[in-house]
Amino acid sequence: MAKDKLLDFDKAIELYEPVLGFEVHVELNTKTKMFCGCANAFGQGANTNTCPTCLGLPGGLPQVNEKAIESSIRLGLALGCEIAENCRFARKQYFYPDLAKNFQTSQYDEPIAFDGELTLELASGREITVQIERAHMEEDAGKLTHVGGATGRIQGAEYSLVDFNRGGVPLVEIVTKIIEGAEADAPEVGRAYVGAIRDIVRALGVSNARMEEGNIRCDANVSLRPRGSTVLGTRTETKNVNSLRSVERAVRYEIQRQAAILEAGGTITQETRHWHEDTGTTSAGRPKSDADDYRYFPEPDLVPVAPSREWVEELRATLPEPPMARRKRLREAWGFTALEFQDVVNGELLDAVEATVAAGASPADARKWWTGELTRIANARGVAADTLVTPQQVAELSGLIASGELTDRLARQVLEGVIAGEGSPAEVVEKRGLKVVSDDGALIAAIDEALAAQPDVLAKIQDGKVQAAGAVIGAVMKAMKGQADAARVRELILERAGQ
Amino acid sequence: MPELIHLSAAELAAKLASGEVTSVEATQAHLDRIAAVDGDVHAFLHVSDTALDTAAAIDARRAAGEELGPLAGVPVAIKDVLATKDMPSTSGSKILEGWLPPYDATVVARLRAADLVPLGKTNMDEFAMGSSTEHSAFGPSHNPWDLTRTPGGSGGGSAAAVSAFEAPLALGSDTGGSIRQPAAVTGSVGVKPTYGGVSRYGAIALASSLDQVGPVSRTVLDAGLLHDVISGHDPLDSTSLTDEWPSMADAARRGGTGEALTGLRVGVVRELSGENGGFQAGVKQRFDETVAALTAAGAEVVEVEAPSFEYAVAAYYLILPAEASSNLARMDSVRFGLRVRPDSGPATVERVMSATRDAGFGAEVKRRIILGTYALSAGYYDAYYGSAQKVRTLIQQDFAQAFDKADVLISPAAPTTAFELGSLVDDPLAMYLNDVTTIPANLAGIPGMSIPMGLAPEDGLPTGLQLLAPAHADARLYEVGAAIETMLTDAWGHDLLSQAPLLKEAVK
Repeated sequence: MAKDKLLDFDKAIELYEPVLGFEVHVELNTKTKMFCGCANAFGQGANTNTCPTCLGLPGGLPQVNEKAIESSIRLGLALGCEIAENCRFARKQYFYPDLAKNFQTSQYDEPIAFDGELTLELASGREITVQIERAHMEEDAGKLTHVGGATGRIQGAEYSLVDFNRGGVPLVEIVTKIIEGAEADAPEVGRAYVGAIRDIVRALGVSNARMEEGNIRCDANVSLRPRGSTVLGTRTETKNVNSLRSVERAVRYEIQRQAAILEAGGTITQETRHWHEDTGTTSAGRPKSDADDYRYFPEPDLVPVAPSREWVEELRATLPEPPMARRKRLREAWGFTALEFQDVVNGELLDAVEATVAAGASPADARKWWTGELTRIANARGVAADTLVTPQQVAELSGLIASGELTDRLARQVLEGVIAGEGSPAEVVEKRGLKVVSDDGALIAAIDEALAAQPDVLAKIQDGKVQAAGAVIGAVMKAMKGQADAARVRELILERAGQ
Repeated sequence: MPELIHLSAAELAAKLASGEVTSVEATQAHLDRIAAVDGDVHAFLHVSDTALDTAAAIDARRAAGEELGPLAGVPVAIKDVLATKDMPSTSGSKILEGWLPPYDATVVARLRAADLVPLGKTNMDEFAMGSSTEHSAFGPSHNPWDLTRTPGGSGGGSAAAVSAFEAPLALGSDTGGSIRQPAAVTGSVGVKPTYGGVSRYGAIALASSLDQVGPVSRTVLDAGLLHDVISGHDPLDSTSLTDEWPSMADAARRGGTGEALTGLRVGVVRELSGENGGFQAGVKQRFDETVAALTAAGAEVVEVEAPSFEYAVAAYYLILPAEASSNLARMDSVRFGLRVRPDSGPATVERVMSATRDAGFGAEVKRRIILGTYALSAGYYDAYYGSAQKVRTLIQQDFAQAFDKADVLISPAAPTTAFELGSLVDDPLAMYLNDVTTIPANLAGIPGMSIPMGLAPEDGLPTGLQLLAPAHADARLYEVGAAIETMLTDAWGHDLLSQAPLLKEAVK
């Protein structure tokens, strides 16, 4: 693959204004699929969660999942959208082997939600409002596996396998209007926008919202226009950019790539582009014209969806606090610095810290555990920190330190035990015998033994060189297997040495 | 005692209930009849090899004193458009040849739950596209009244099976007349229920917004009995109505007393009554006689106008192909059915799909897929599909106005008697016009029925009377249909089908 020429980013922004647009697919976490009763679940044998409807067998008919409608309406409301009083599904028709019916049941000119907006906060404190054109309901396609080729792509494959377990899984596609004025912040706007969608769907509980598992998938549209021009440039659509960092990188890359082409007097091809996570580059996909003919028509096998205004208002009342407002509130309540708070947010640990504080830990302790030790272990294992332990366990651990029953060092050992599934922190302390030795008698015995073994040290201490006690502390701690409070040991050493 | 095969379903059910006849005997009689005549009639694409076992099991349960439904033990034929998990379901197409669905259509499940005995799958025009059964990939069916003629279509197999006494009952599907027109030209009874009255789940879709499954039989009461078994809400079909339906059989029994005609307002639809020509003289004659007889019986006959019907066939032939082109897209060789590799070149999925659809679809199906694909294309949607949907609204308004003046509407069910095999198969437009009388009901979603109206004088072949009622008023059709049936058979002194040729003797 020929390497794209890139223009320096700052230079690109100086010459051209970037215009963005995003299509984000959110996979809903309903128990069943969008149009049939099959389980919406993964990790099972290929084509096991299928039926005549989602396999597109002759005679199969769709039935709308009411929970998916509810989730879509709540998502629409959270994005500030109007909710349609009456809307229909439509068939989007194209032949592809992962599409069982060779049409996707989607929505066309009558989306369930439309005309919303979402305000983003950038790291600089700048706020930018993205207009939401629509959020519509549709079904996912099956999953193709290409076998026998070198790259796993269809080119060169000997044959392909189709798994329809994902076919018919409910999606909401959220489409922005064009986003102008992002300027040099354009890559960050992409990241912040997708991050905001993720936070909202997570707060709503309508999706598992794990980008790495494809629960949220982003197509990023980027075009450039010369400074002073009001005409939109030709856009490209980079498909399936599936992490926040990748969205930022892909937007930046496309701006630099397109700028280099335009700067050299070339023209941009309207096309989809593949995102390559490993190299951080995009490559040409298929040409895409605005006239792609999907022969949409209203789905005759489904009746229109007409959510009553009463229902919509009931659902509006269930909306959680908007993520951005929540962040502002929590930052003030916790008294974190901007940097500290950003650590928590970037680590996706807001929920975990909030729940840990709610369970009784101080905000500072909760933050320290989650962004420190737990994040370190999670990174080493390649998992999310909040999958290791529960906030209640962290709060309990924090409480044991505060009450002097554990030292920081012992607490880390307890944490290992909790992660290993040995039980609650208190149970791990019990099972592993990790409690701080607070029995002075045991400590004194160990101190006397250590002083006797090091008479020179004892002499130094008695001479007033109290810092020499450090050597004895080490020996005592070792004898106590670390389960002693070092400060108390020091006090006792000085006492026993007659100081 | 008449042969078992000549009994109506209601009569047979009574004998089964009393123990005079077993389901095995009744089933065997029909299997024997199929063996004797179906070589000539070709009503069946598949004959069940488990029907006798099913019948025996029902007999055993009856013998054990179990309470069974009104049609328990009665054999029934099933149009091949319906998915049956124990019999291939091809919809008359080579692309589905041998396909054994992993499930039963809801109506089939209801037949089984009501202990009817599925006899087999009946022939049809491929994917129900046609009015003669000549577009079946497996050869045409023949009209029992004259084997050189078609039994109509698309459900010619079901109508031929019932009128040839191969089955007392059959299921059909009606998208533009595929139950009513074959019933008309074979002297049987066929009903297209209100759209949504009967589940479409498991009916291989032709045009989703028009398709409706319904009963085929030799009497109105029999159709009502079968209708009662298959109708009712099905959560698997989103367009299924939630009405609490009254018993159609009860309505037919009420109508059979003949009193329903007194004071009944009967509307003759001018646009459907052959005023503008195109109707065979004998059909028109029998229709006029029926109108006169209705007046004599105390009905109030009024003429109603439905100006939009002029556009019905045109609108229908945009909506149907558009929906069909989409519904048939799934026939792609990937998950089921025929798979054909291209003669040469790489066997990519696109090329295999293309080769399969080329080899698997017949000419009429391809014609309609092309029409429908074109009609839905960007830039043409509004002019074609969009306009056709507007016509549909106008037709619904015409019907609403007509039903202000009349309780039921009547017309000939088909413009001609059965036509010769091969006579229209190369003239699609003429074939399409055969459904001119039946199409408006599908476009409006209202129920329609065809009952025998006598033999046309010029060819001695059956004509059919169509009755139409407002949506949800299916019971009215059964009441009035049974009343007219009684009026006509009383006048003739016999059932129409008793005049049909004795095929058994004609077959060597």
